[in-house]
Amino acid sequence: MTELTNLTVAQIRDGHRAGDFSAVEVAEAFNANVAGAKALNAFIVETPDHAIAAAKAADADRAAGTLKPLSGVPIGMKDLFATNGVQTTAASHMLEGFVPRYESTVSQKLWDAGCGMLGKLNLDQFAMGSSNETSYFGNVISPWKRNDGGNAALAPGGSSGGSSSAIAARLCPAATGTDTGGSIRQPAAFVGISGIKPTYGRCSRWGIVAFASSLDQAGPMARDVRDCAIMLENMAGFDPKDATSLNMAVPNWEAALSSDLKGKKVGIPKEYRLEGIDPDIDAMWDAGIAMLKDAGAEVVDISLPHTKYALPAYYIIAPAEASSNLARYDGVRYGLRDLPEKAGLQDMYAATRADGFGPEVKRRIMIGTYVLSAGFYDAYYTQAQKVRTLIARDFEQAFGVCDVILAPTAPSAAFGLGEKTADPLSMYLNDVFAVPASLAGLPAMSVPAALNREGLPLGLQIIGKAFDEQGVLNAGLAIEERAGFNARAEKWW
Amino acid sequence: MSDYRIKGETGEWEVVIGLEVHAQVTSNAKLFSGAATAFGAEPNTQVSLVDAAMPGMLPVPNRECIRQAVRTGMAIEAEINKWSRFDRKNYFYADLPQGYQISQLYHPLVGEGSLTIEADEKAGLPEAKRIGIERIHVEQDAGKLMHDQHPTMSYVDLNRSGVALMEIVSRPDMRSPAEAGAYVRKLRSILRYVGSCDGNMEEGSMRADVNVSVRKPGDEFGTRTETKNVNSVRFVMAVIEGEAKRQVELIESGGTVVQETRLYDPDRNETRSMRSKEDAHDYRYFPDPDLLPLELDDAFLAECRDSLPELPDAKRARYLSAGISAYNADVLTAEVESALWFDALLETGAKPAAAANWVSSELFGALNRLGKSFEDCPVSPAQAGELLGLVADGTISGTIAKQVFEKMLESGDAAGVIVERDGLKQTSDTGAIEAEIAKILTANADKVEQYKGGKEALFGFFVGQTMKAMQGKANPQVVNELLKKALG
Repeated sequence: MTELTNLTVAQIRDGHRAGDFSAVEVAEAFNANVAGAKALNAFIVETPDHAIAAAKAADADRAAGTLKPLSGVPIGMKDLFATNGVQTTAASHMLEGFVPRYESTVSQKLWDAGCGMLGKLNLDQFAMGSSNETSYFGNVISPWKRNDGGNAALAPGGSSGGSSSAIAARLCPAATGTDTGGSIRQPAAFVGISGIKPTYGRCSRWGIVAFASSLDQAGPMARDVRDCAIMLENMAGFDPKDATSLNMAVPNWEAALSSDLKGKKVGIPKEYRLEGIDPDIDAMWDAGIAMLKDAGAEVVDISLPHTKYALPAYYIIAPAEASSNLARYDGVRYGLRDLPEKAGLQDMYAATRADGFGPEVKRRIMIGTYVLSAGFYDAYYTQAQKVRTLIARDFEQAFGVCDVILAPTAPSAAFGLGEKTADPLSMYLNDVFAVPASLAGLPAMSVPAALNREGLPLGLQIIGKAFDEQGVLNAGLAIEERAGFNARAEKWW
Repeated sequence: MSDYRIKGETGEWEVVIGLEVHAQVTSNAKLFSGAATAFGAEPNTQVSLVDAAMPGMLPVPNRECIRQAVRTGMAIEAEINKWSRFDRKNYFYADLPQGYQISQLYHPLVGEGSLTIEADEKAGLPEAKRIGIERIHVEQDAGKLMHDQHPTMSYVDLNRSGVALMEIVSRPDMRSPAEAGAYVRKLRSILRYVGSCDGNMEEGSMRADVNVSVRKPGDEFGTRTETKNVNSVRFVMAVIEGEAKRQVELIESGGTVVQETRLYDPDRNETRSMRSKEDAHDYRYFPDPDLLPLELDDAFLAECRDSLPELPDAKRARYLSAGISAYNADVLTAEVESALWFDALLETGAKPAAAANWVSSELFGALNRLGKSFEDCPVSPAQAGELLGLVADGTISGTIAKQVFEKMLESGDAAGVIVERDGLKQTSDTGAIEAEIAKILTANADKVEQYKGGKEALFGFFVGQTMKAMQGKANPQVVNELLKKALG
């Protein structure tokens, strides 16, 4: 049975279609892995019955000749997506026990495509964090260990840390993630898997607990590029319930996958060469450049001059939006309510929000409230929006001379749990390469490219033009084929 | 110019008034959700997941609400902004599920416009006046707290949460309670013509925030206060009167007016302070990231413009040029229902001036008496047209017409049927009339003498006697002519 859990989404889909195994066998195998991996704390809620029910339906569909695109594929669902009848918490105490009576558009599309759900995946609280250490339901642990003989528990990245850890540990073949400032790409890089954040608007935000509306974008995380393409095809699409949804047809990304990059130009942004960065990162980057050249691409140096302002701008815009988006958690209608003795309305707000939000969420609400307040708005929010425009323009100009951009996903490999929690700024710096593409709304993915000298995975990031997920996936595939990354964490859990 | 002045101990004070009118947009669905908007539904029965601000819910603009606001803007001849944007106004309150109201601060849908209030001597408006309108923006309404359902708790009804409002912001151009009253009435009339708001102030479809300040004529504007949510024309005028007096007394006794929000208590007819500028919320407005800017194309604007009906000012001008008196034109155009009814009457071929007189006296009187309105008018324009046609072509006299109208109201029968059945046709048969005139002159020989001696006022007596003898059915003009001839 363990073999089944080593299969990719494409292999499960095709093997099931061919009658090599039943969907129920697949679901049972993954359910067993999930049940046996409590030590990773990747799931907040496990839903083995959901996976089995979908698998039975998939087997019936196969018998009836009515297979769906993802029949027989069980997946993990980041607990930021509302799931009808299944607790949806955003990893917060605020929403502990909250069971929506509605289904997010993206999860509904996946169920409609035949997927089953193995469970709701842990994450940073309200998707705020880069290490999955802000969850009310405890840290997610990466399946990876350093090769230094120590036993330090490592961060799986964040905010989609449950997703990354679960896929790397073979608890699910694929999972949903959301990416506001790197929350798909950075965790994917930390655990040696792939993940793509599509163009802003590709995936509906309807039913996803909002962090920063102008940046939030759902995307898949999986073991390889093909699986990302397959998953994304079944997650994307216009949704009239989301006013920012792209009204464009969803391309057949999987069918058009090609690692032949002849005639393509790959831009290498000089501003991403950070002084004092881990030499393993630069070495991986250089190796990646060589791989794309080998695939037929021409490599050009480009400049993204406003890159250094991206992180500060992001940490103004995202908290500003979050401070407003999270105002609805007030104890009045659903979720946590703390009503102290003889409390008035204001007391109820204060008690509920003090208790319901963790420290990082409070920090960002306070930053966001501050930057939007009278007298500071122009100095912070307006300036940050200007920076955002300039960053988008940087990319536009760069894409005048190249088709995709290659850069590292994160400035380091996975760090140990607790190593950065005392210093929020060093934690925020982890997003430095991921944030610019988010601010510009561009498609970007991370693919595993190498192990560092500690034996930990490193990821390369490909950033594409708006709507050109295909170009991103193809460059990713070219790296995947050449990097031959097949390292996996040894099971210790 | 208004000569409305508050007489204080230090002289006369002028009142400066600006109004922010919140008008609920007529639409079956809310501004950003598909939920229904009917008034008076059971609490929390018209609430979508979006209105309740459930996690992950998103607003999607309702095109019809935008269309109605654009049409309203066009009706006040305002600039329509083809690019506008929604902003979030952030504050916590139990009736505000999202923790913010989606509104438009920085880029409203509708820009500068105006409306004209007509002269009305009796109401203290010596001449017509143009009142500037700074902007109209669209925004969400909040829910409603209910404090009387439980001894220690308040309940929330979210039916109104998310309903579309237009906030129509005037310039501080009004100088008297009468002007403000006329402005609200005119605005209400325009909204109802356009069909963008039902104007029902009792149900809260229209309410005004009243900004008042006072100054010595010619001085700079004084500090204003804002009295929130005033829900009738009468109350708007009362608030201005009371607030202006309060401010004058305050200033003259050495105090200063503080910029603050006040509430009106209709039972005591006074305003009281709600919160001062110091306690004012910092609303942390910023562009709503869930929504794209609202961009309107030319086709949409053309459709909005083409769908506008004839508006009160144009209608009034048309009535005046058709020979209808200014008074009747005002009365007929004030409410869209009466104007539409009257236009249908004109379409039957009724003569405008006579028809206007008849409607403003006879029909308005009858409706008042019966407690009915033009919406459930017991006679149709076609039926009234027939009646007026019978007068115009001399079939019946004006006096008989009144009787026929009463019978129409009682029986619902057509005027022609009643006239025929009851034998009410007036006669122009000169022989019959001459015979009666001869009898009357013979019977009143003394008066004939006096008339011929110069007492011409007696002519009316003879007319009256003749009409009486003819049972009201003689054509008055024919009677006049024949009498003049007979009396030499």
